Parts: sequence; C-alpha cells; structure tokens
Amino acid sequence: MIGSALDILQQAGTPRIVFNDLPLGNPVGKPFDRAMQNQTLEAALELLYQAQNPGVVQQLPNQWSASEDWRDNFMAITAFNREQLLSLGDENRRQRQRNREQGLFRP
Amino acid sequence: MIRYIERTKAYYRAQGFDQDYQWATNTQTPFSKPARPLKSARITLVTTAVVEPSIPKPIRAAKSYRFSDVPAHFDTTEVSWDKITTHTNDRESYFPLHALNKRVAAGDIGSLAPRFHFIPTEYSQRHTRDQDAPLIAQHCLEDAVDLAILIPL
Repeated sequence: MIGSALDILQQAGTPRIVFNDLPLGNPVGKPFDRAMQNQTLEAALELLYQAQNPGVVQQLPNQWSASEDWRDNFMAITAFNREQLLSLGDENRRQRQRNREQGLFRP
Repeated sequence: MIRYIERTKAYYRAQGFDQDYQWATNTQTPFSKPARPLKSARITLVTTAVVEPSIPKPIRAAKSYRFSDVPAHFDTTEVSWDKITTHTNDRESYFPLHALNKRVAAGDIGSLAPRFHFIPTEYSQRHTRDQDAPLIAQHCLEDAVDLAILIPL
C-alpha cells in the first residue's frame, strides 16, 4: 500500500506501507514531481520483496512545502465555518435520505 | 503527522453527526512473500479514484478495467482528499502507470497485468470486506497477478 493516512492504514492492518506524509490526494508524490513519484514507486517495489513481517512501514522523507500550514487547514473547524459545517451536514443527511427513497443503496 | 481518524471524527461531529464512523480495525494482518522475482512478476494497481462517475456513488462497487482503457483523468470529486491544499490533475500522483510502464519496458518488472481495479471508499465495511475485496482478489487470480499495489487517495 502507498498512502498518506498512516493511522488509518495501520488500524486496518496493512501488510506493507510506503508512507508519504503529504496532503491527501497525491500519495505517490507531489503533482508533476516525477522524481518524487519514481522514488515512491521504487520504495514500494523494494518493500514488496524486503519486508519480512506484516505491518512494516517505510516513511519517505518527502515534504509538501517549507510551510506546515496545510496540516492545520485540513478539515479545520473554526469560529468562522461552524455554521457552514452544520449546513453541510444537513445537506448530507438530506441526500442520504433521498438516496434511500430512490433505492440507491447496495445490498 | 495528522491523526486522520481523530480529525475526521471531530469534523463530522461538527456537521451534526452524533455517531462516529467506525474505522476498520484488524489485529491480524495477512502477509505473504512474492512467489516470483520482480523481473518475472506480473503487477497491477488498485485505486479509489473513480472511472465511471455516471454510476451514482451510493451504488458504486468494485470493478476491474483494462489498462488499455485507463482514463487520462480519473474522477476524484466525490473522494475525500485535501481539496484546499492540492489537486489531482496529475494522474501519476495517485496512479503511477507511466512510472510502472517504464520499469516494465526496462525489464525490471516482468509484466503489467491486463486489468487494474477500482475499489470505492465505502461507508460499509461489510461491502468492502465481503463484496469488493473478494471480487478484486478473484480478478487478480484470473489475471495471474503476483504483485498488487493499493493506492488510496
């Protein structure tokens, strides 16, 4: 597995993890950064053969940027977006109800 | 490092959901070593990026597609990722097919499997465990796959 949400992967029990501590969305590497992406694939291919036990994690040293602000911004809850989040939740619940009424669910 | 489970719980509580999502928890992890060396192994990819957005999200199930039909861009609008900080306009950043093909062409990897696999990020662990994962495993066996790299967004 190549991923960026390490806690989720570890809790699920993943045999081999190549971990890029980057914003969710680009687990293989930053967009258009071919060197980083090649390095990640290389690490995954190596780990497939070198891992001796399940649950092994290889963290790559890649960074998103000099600024770490993205970590605070992801799913942030602030005084300014509380009402917006509640209306997002309301819309989400209404959509789920509509899906059920229209038979849009998996058996 | 972000603790995504805690972050997600807080985020959905703030949206008025009173029951936390139960993340998959397994205390035992399956493990096996590759049967063939990389130079003769057949490899595939498994992604959570969407090939057919016309299928409504609530009924999207695992599906396998030929690599020859891979879209230039997957649809990621209904997948959860950091839409404030980054983008998914570069397919290689979550589906490294060009990088894999180069390694195959160089002779480092035996071959690319005929199919890759979509698995939806499902609310229901039952769907993932009892329907989606077995289907993908079956297709990998049919394709004589030795190695699969799973890359969730």
